[in-house]
Amino acid sequence: MTDDHSDQTTLHIGYGAGFAGDRPQAALALARDLATRRGPRYLALELLAERTLAQCQQRRHDDETSGYALRLFDFLEPILPTCLASGIPVITNGGAAHPVAAAHRLRGWLDDQGFHNARIACVLGDDLVEQLGALPTPDWLPENVVLDEVVSCNVYIGAEQIQQALEEGADIVLCGRVADPSMAVGAIRHGLGWSAEDPELTAIALATGHLLECCTQITGGYFADPITNPVPDPAHPGCPIIELGTEGQLIVTKTASTGGMVSARTVKEQLLYEIHDPAAYLTPDGVMDVSRAQVIDHGNNRVEVRDIHGYPPPATLKGNLGLTGLWFGEAGISYAGPRALARAQLAREIVMTRAAELTPNLAPRLDIVGVCSVLGDAGGEVISQRLDTGDGVEDVRLRLGVVDRDRGAIQALLDDFESLYTNGPAGGGGIRTHLVESLRTEDFMIDRHAVSTFLAWY
Amino acid sequence: MSCAANALSSSVLLADYAHARAGDKGNHLNIAVFVFEPGHYDWLVAMLTPERVADHFHARRSSAVHCHALPMLGGLNIVLENVLEGGVNQSAGLDRHGKTLSYHLLGLYLPAPAATSHQQ
Repeated sequence: MTDDHSDQTTLHIGYGAGFAGDRPQAALALARDLATRRGPRYLALELLAERTLAQCQQRRHDDETSGYALRLFDFLEPILPTCLASGIPVITNGGAAHPVAAAHRLRGWLDDQGFHNARIACVLGDDLVEQLGALPTPDWLPENVVLDEVVSCNVYIGAEQIQQALEEGADIVLCGRVADPSMAVGAIRHGLGWSAEDPELTAIALATGHLLECCTQITGGYFADPITNPVPDPAHPGCPIIELGTEGQLIVTKTASTGGMVSARTVKEQLLYEIHDPAAYLTPDGVMDVSRAQVIDHGNNRVEVRDIHGYPPPATLKGNLGLTGLWFGEAGISYAGPRALARAQLAREIVMTRAAELTPNLAPRLDIVGVCSVLGDAGGEVISQRLDTGDGVEDVRLRLGVVDRDRGAIQALLDDFESLYTNGPAGGGGIRTHLVESLRTEDFMIDRHAVSTFLAWY
Repeated sequence: MSCAANALSSSVLLADYAHARAGDKGNHLNIAVFVFEPGHYDWLVAMLTPERVADHFHARRSSAVHCHALPMLGGLNIVLENVLEGGVNQSAGLDRHGKTLSYHLLGLYLPAPAATSHQQ
């Protein structure tokens, strides 16, 4: 520990997940690190992408006791004993399409573990799906949307109820579709007493959440390049932590005794991640301006970010519809050895010819993956030799992809692709095909006053 | 998309001078690209014009390209509109997010920056 965060006024917040497929082990290390720190501390779990929410809503439709993020409890159960013992509130959007169902299951687990006093707050009001059937049709609904195809309808809500839940003593805050950085904004307003009416401080809180929301993407994850950007122990990047001073001093660091790295480069990449106009990043809590931001590397995995600015929140909130109706089919076949590419190209022509005959309504794309995918050995000897000699092109894979509303036609095309085994060019192998529903999303804008959010306690 | 084989012998590979990360929003892509050496920032801005970037991604037929300068960070935020062939919602491609396209940008061959051209 250094003097930089030993005072009790500095706030410490870490994100233990950046998406639903993240690593629970890293979150546990984060909880243990936070437990050693003093001052206000928070742990957030970001588990909810747009299409994940639509999938969760589909599961809720089939089973009213489900609908939260599939792996929510894989993340919560290991960390909660540490967090509850140390007074670290946990905030997550892993409530997804059904925070109340998650709360019921969590209440049972907490009671079984003896945590009878732990308090769960659900943030509700983001789910608008029940308003869709109302008459007249809500004015915020895009005109081209077919109601029968809607599986989810949520609005990105802000930090207000998260802050309220923490003020009222929540140990765990289960949210659905809150904006990813808003989990940090709610925690910071609670921990540092920052006013929601202050756009500059709000922007610093938003930057904190934005930098953390993809978890290890700021600590060397999704960053390593063996030539220009080597990362220490890249198999175990640690979760990020931001130390935030009362005046807005912002230091990015990471969980102690973990791999990965925090550097000016990792921080700059994440600062702009999924941002379009750097001067106007719109969120429910405010508008963030990073166009003049500075990033200062203090060494030892400590990077300062300054000169974040902000403006009052927009009058409208973004919403997101999850829609059915599309199907996604894929198929692949590999060719290796002499003239592999020529045979893959011939297979491509055969598939195109047959697709035009069998399923003329589809528009499949046919790629040729040009990497060593089938000639290698478990020890990596062959691929190493081929890379050294540049002789890696004798191992290619023809890959078909198709998206369409006509599931039957896609299945027919995939079935015919499989006939390459006995009907295609010589030496093809390793055919795989699969067909899945391709949930899509569509945005809409809604007046923020048309959305009411509230808390429920468990 | 353009091919590395077209590189001029006097040119340099952007990947040796900068790092980048791509992110998607619907059918739009942003690539934040930052020089390794602060002294190369002006060169980067001069090189990565919207026209050059659009040309490099021409096969994806972006409807508009915007290059936002970030002088304090030594980089540019490049936004390519409607470049993801439907993105995660509708693309039939392997990489529906366009995440790999950051390195397609870094695959650009460019005239060497003046300050370091003698070292190449």
